[in-house]
Amino acid sequence: MNSSTSHAALQGEDARALRRALSRANARQKWRAFALTVPLLVFLLLTLLIPIAALLQRAIENPEVVGALPRTVKSLEGWKPDAPPSAASYAALVQDLGQLPDSSDAGALARRLNSEVPGARSLVMGAFRALPVTGSPEEIKGRLLQLDPRWAEPPFWQAIAKNGSRWTPDYLLASVDLRRDSQGDIERMPPDLRAFGPILLRTFQISFVVTLFCLALGYPLAWWLASLPARKANLLMILVLVPFWTSILVRVAAWIVLLQSEGLVNRGLMGIGLIDSPLPLLFNRAGVVIAMVHILLPFMILPLYSVMKNVPPSYQRAAVSLGSAPLAAFFRVYVPQTYPGISAGALLVFILSIGYYVTPALLGGADDQMLSYYIARYTNVQINWGMACALGALLLTATMLLYSVYRRIGKAELSMG
Amino acid sequence: MKKHIITLAMASCLAAPAFAQQQITVINFGGANANAQKKAYYEPYEKTGTKVIAGEYNGEQAKIKAMVETKKVTWDVVEVEAPDVQRGCDEGLFEKIDFSKIGAKADFLPAAVTECGVGVFVWSTVMAWNADKVKTAPTSWADFWDVKKIPGKRGMRKGARYNLEFALMADGVKPADVYKVLATKDGADRAFKKLAELKPNIQWWEAGAQPAQFLVAGDVALSTVYNGRIDAANREGRNLKIYWPGGIYDLDYWVIPKGAPNKDASMKFIAFASQPATQAVYAQNIAYGPVNTKALAKLDKKVLDDLPTSPANAKEAIQMNVGFWADQGEALEKRFAAWATQ
Repeated sequence: MNSSTSHAALQGEDARALRRALSRANARQKWRAFALTVPLLVFLLLTLLIPIAALLQRAIENPEVVGALPRTVKSLEGWKPDAPPSAASYAALVQDLGQLPDSSDAGALARRLNSEVPGARSLVMGAFRALPVTGSPEEIKGRLLQLDPRWAEPPFWQAIAKNGSRWTPDYLLASVDLRRDSQGDIERMPPDLRAFGPILLRTFQISFVVTLFCLALGYPLAWWLASLPARKANLLMILVLVPFWTSILVRVAAWIVLLQSEGLVNRGLMGIGLIDSPLPLLFNRAGVVIAMVHILLPFMILPLYSVMKNVPPSYQRAAVSLGSAPLAAFFRVYVPQTYPGISAGALLVFILSIGYYVTPALLGGADDQMLSYYIARYTNVQINWGMACALGALLLTATMLLYSVYRRIGKAELSMG
Repeated sequence: MKKHIITLAMASCLAAPAFAQQQITVINFGGANANAQKKAYYEPYEKTGTKVIAGEYNGEQAKIKAMVETKKVTWDVVEVEAPDVQRGCDEGLFEKIDFSKIGAKADFLPAAVTECGVGVFVWSTVMAWNADKVKTAPTSWADFWDVKKIPGKRGMRKGARYNLEFALMADGVKPADVYKVLATKDGADRAFKKLAELKPNIQWWEAGAQPAQFLVAGDVALSTVYNGRIDAANREGRNLKIYWPGGIYDLDYWVIPKGAPNKDASMKFIAFASQPATQAVYAQNIAYGPVNTKALAKLDKKVLDDLPTSPANAKEAIQMNVGFWADQGEALEKRFAAWATQ
């Protein structure tokens, strides 16, 4: 009654004013809530989204040739890729090289072409250093061929013609072992250059094996920890966490000491007579997996433990009291309740392993390196950042694909318990 | 008042050296090499009034490129490997060197004088073994491949560089012809095929310190290794031996990143480190050869015998072909990655 009278009383001006005030208050509240998340959003934008966008852009960006050799690219339009180029193209090339604002542009051009056709670096820099070359187009052609007979070979000109646009799919194609032939059709790399497909496969294989081992080792431990009284469990949890807080390099070095052929593990096994000669545990796949499992184990144990802590023990007891065998009760009643922990832990470990770099580099052989190792090589050693970014994009895409498959199969939200 | 005086005194104490003393940042590869540089170059140079801040890196040219591109160069002098000097110079990462400020060109090894870099020392990648564990000394690169004659694993650097050259030598190519053969498609195929023969017995190393550790621990019977690491291990009482023929020697260079803040002081430092006297001290501390040939006269026979530049050791060695690797490196390293998966 009371409310209806007040409702009736609030009409006209008053009601409108109140509604306005209310919506203002609501908006203020919304803005305040939004403002609270602004630091996080800005942080994510600056540290995650912009770098990823820049990375993807760099994987398709191709400014070197088009920026340095605009006339040459134009003169090669309509050129039959297998025929020797015309004298006009040679003249255009010399003119382009002569007008580069800085010698570093020639270096960048040489690097770009060299990653397409090995040898182009010395070819381009040789011509650049021989400048100025003057005369009629025919004379210029003669001078260049005299300087380096390789200027007659079509592949170098094909590389220039092919890279005549600002954007290129070449890096991304190369990251999945494909390339464009001289006609622009996509074909597979020759077998002795097909590297990244097997490397990506190996990256997932190692990550999968590491995840399995982490689950096999972490599950019983988490189960045991969850069944202990809190004080004891906390104490043991510290033991799980101490290695977690130690530097990865220190742990890798420790594994080298333990696993080498005269190390503790091999001497122990030989001492008790299990083996006659030392097992090869280092600088191969075994060493990589052992060390990675050790480093990543806490990421499996923590989510498992937090889920198991909340599973009431009475369910399993009820199953047993209703006649189930203890083992069957464990697998059919207890384990299904820990699925969120298993999936969270497995996902964490798997995604972290995919990006591993230092551990395989130091403990693995030439065929144990994961994709990140090659990303680092292209960034630091070859200085081919386009290729590094393309491999980064490949890793990102593969990981996201895998995650979506996982979401579909697991139908489980990423849950930290 | 008293307080004021103390603060003033402290401030002047702190401020005075900052004004009076210039400082430069010198970046090296760390390890035993960095210690030798400290003794021979950094500490004596500090006595001339410029503070030297030493730092380490792992040869990542990406760091220099990033500094130069963003115009925030904090390194004054950087030690870089030979293939990166020419490439960085072409791409405009380094300042050009005015050699008249360094010394007389005639005193230096020809390879030490380049457009953007000044040679620091000569080092070599060689075959080595632990004489306490391996009784049969290797007498050729074919022995490196012969696991029957000398049983045990072989240590090799993870990558294509050096290994392809050694594979060809083991396959009977004369050291002097190695790069000529390797430049052809058939030659590269031959090198990878030879390397595949040894693949099951190879233990790969990543960092320069690893092969000496492998040899000391007995993990491998023979290994490719940087000669200075063997010298460093022997100084600690090990009995490691070097097989010099077929070794691949190379220079490291000082460069000044483009836009480095203290260019003049950096040039002075490089000139200081290129004198015969300082170069001799360096060679006494680590078995890398001086680039200033006048330094050789200041060294005794015992030191000379371990240097890659001594006539006996250099006789059958080859210089790494920087131009070849600058052209073919990316393709061959990729092929190596593909080869490793097969």
